[in-house]
Amino acid sequence: MSDNERRRAAILGRLRDVYRRSPEDEAAAIATVEQRVFHPAPNLIPARGQLDLEGRIELFTTMARNVQAEVERLPRLADVPAATSAFLRRHNLPQKLVVAPDPVLQGAGFASQPLLRLRFGDADQHDGAGLTLAFAGIAETGTLMLCSAAERPTLLAFLPENSLIVLPSARVFGAYEQAWQELRREQGRPPRSVNFITGPSRTGDIAQRLELGAHGPRRLAILLVDDLQAG
Amino acid sequence: MQPTSLAFQSKAAAALADPNLQTALGGIKTGWQRGRILAAERLPEFEQLRDQARDIKNHALANLDFYLEAFEARVLDAGGQVHWARDAAEARRIVQEICESADAKTVTKSKSMIAEEIGLNDHLEAAGITPVETDLGEYIIQLRKEPPSHLVGPAVHLTKDQVADLFEQTHGLPRTDDPTELVGQARTVLRQKYLQADVGITGANFLIAETGSAITVTNEGNAELTQGLPKVHVVIASLEKVIPSMEDAFTLLRVLARSATGQEFSAYTTVMTGPKRPGDLDGPEQFHVVLLDNGRTGMIGSKFQDMLRCIRCGACMNNCPVYLAAGGHAYGWVYVGPMGSVLTPQFVGIESAHTLPNASTFCGRCEEVCPVRIPLPNLMRHWREEQFKRQLMPSTVRQGLGAWGYLARRPALYRLATRLAMGVLGRLGKKRGRFARLPLAEGWTVSRDLPAPEGRTFMQQWRQRQRSRP
Repeated sequence: MSDNERRRAAILGRLRDVYRRSPEDEAAAIATVEQRVFHPAPNLIPARGQLDLEGRIELFTTMARNVQAEVERLPRLADVPAATSAFLRRHNLPQKLVVAPDPVLQGAGFASQPLLRLRFGDADQHDGAGLTLAFAGIAETGTLMLCSAAERPTLLAFLPENSLIVLPSARVFGAYEQAWQELRREQGRPPRSVNFITGPSRTGDIAQRLELGAHGPRRLAILLVDDLQAG
Repeated sequence: MQPTSLAFQSKAAAALADPNLQTALGGIKTGWQRGRILAAERLPEFEQLRDQARDIKNHALANLDFYLEAFEARVLDAGGQVHWARDAAEARRIVQEICESADAKTVTKSKSMIAEEIGLNDHLEAAGITPVETDLGEYIIQLRKEPPSHLVGPAVHLTKDQVADLFEQTHGLPRTDDPTELVGQARTVLRQKYLQADVGITGANFLIAETGSAITVTNEGNAELTQGLPKVHVVIASLEKVIPSMEDAFTLLRVLARSATGQEFSAYTTVMTGPKRPGDLDGPEQFHVVLLDNGRTGMIGSKFQDMLRCIRCGACMNNCPVYLAAGGHAYGWVYVGPMGSVLTPQFVGIESAHTLPNASTFCGRCEEVCPVRIPLPNLMRHWREEQFKRQLMPSTVRQGLGAWGYLARRPALYRLATRLAMGVLGRLGKKRGRFARLPLAEGWTVSRDLPAPEGRTFMQQWRQRQRSRP
């Protein structure tokens, strides 16, 4: 037995000494635990987000703006490059961008913005703006849900001071549970990192005054795209 | 950290006379305290969610062994490692070994109360490893060599000017008291540290048995950079953080931020499962979870089990009149406010912390606002009983309580005594309506007047009114 196994046995042993379950209780406990681990069911879901798609998009937009995110609705994926360029111009930033190497974003037609210098890949400390694709949005609190993958590195949404995120309108769910259920349905196990993002980075650690851009992005722009088809 | 909780009274007195501290603490009422009320009003289901949050934690605490085993199995499946630590020393050694095997010179840390509980930073420094706190508040107190004074805002005891002074000394830049610039300075300094770090250490708000995931909640994004940039990620968490499923996590998350800061949701909630996957462009190569007991298995099945529901939101301190006057450092150890008054005696021993369960007016606000409904005053009362049993109070207090107990168990005698006392005090104080000084009550009158009684006791008035009823 390794040291770790010994310590593990001691801790679990202490717990079992306290619980002192009868065989029947133990069987019942195991059944309950298995049920809750293998077949988790939602607890109370607030009524707030339980709306039709347009209602959810509207609520999502309001909630995200309440936490200082910029939200823009675009009819087509092909509108993303122009919206990105306009965002950079609006904030007096260089026309430079690192983009997640996701097939959807690669098909957005960035050639339409010849002034925009862009690179597909992960962000490093020199990148001022990053663009990636969200898995879902949650209307309840205006929250984005990002799932890591080879083509969607996580640092893109954390290292650059400006974070732009494409969110397909049809993927705005009412509650976190519904978005997570969709992830389970599509992928089974969660990817390495699932990031729920609600507004840009912030801190209240200096005299409880709200300051944006503590470590993560100072600005968060959400591009809600209705039609994700390329071209 | 050596507890200095026995000095609560003198530290509280000093705190009351500290204008900087009083200014800093004053912001909590208009900020987090009010924020919580507004956030709760905006969510009609808030009270029901609190009940469910309590039930989830109770269920997990009744089956911790199974949930920990399930959690461990999923972590291993995802390619991570689980390390079990019975006490603080074991946890420190395990983290040190992981750091050494990664040849670590610098480790970045995002806020972890468990790391504070086990004194991890001092230990790593002694081993030649430099720990860098990245949460802005933790960074500030690390520079000041202070413990946190609040669960959520570790530097809440400082004013903007004090931070400006500190940064001027530390960063070697011209002094600024503009908060935006101060945050910008810390951002620049810490950005380099993230990139240098060999190991990133984070705490966890929740561990998920269903998936083997650890969840962190931050507003700054520092946890994401701490775990996302270095080669090795260490999660350090106590046993009771494990809950069954993501569904349960969402319920708890719905009450966490609202109770803590009044936010609808914190800016960043991150679910981490194992090390980087094939093809991933970022993420750690190693994912370690250190599970710490440190006396918690002993709390299961004890009078103090309810305390293990705590999700570290800080609402109890934001709403505590004693905390809001005395500040966190008066409590003399890692955990402060009402939750600290229950936890500190557990970790450092009642003989070194019996002042804390007494540092309460028992007004009950902490229990009223606790998102998982921990009966904090009751738990403090248990510690007071323990203190009495172990004779940890001065003999005058014991004798006084003994005398009061004698009277309280003899109603006729009690009524006679109070009738006499109220009569005398009523006559003496009739003219001014209050006492500026009173023998045996200096403890009260030294800082405020004592209102004079009306002259008759409640029981006397009650009887009289009953008689005069038609």
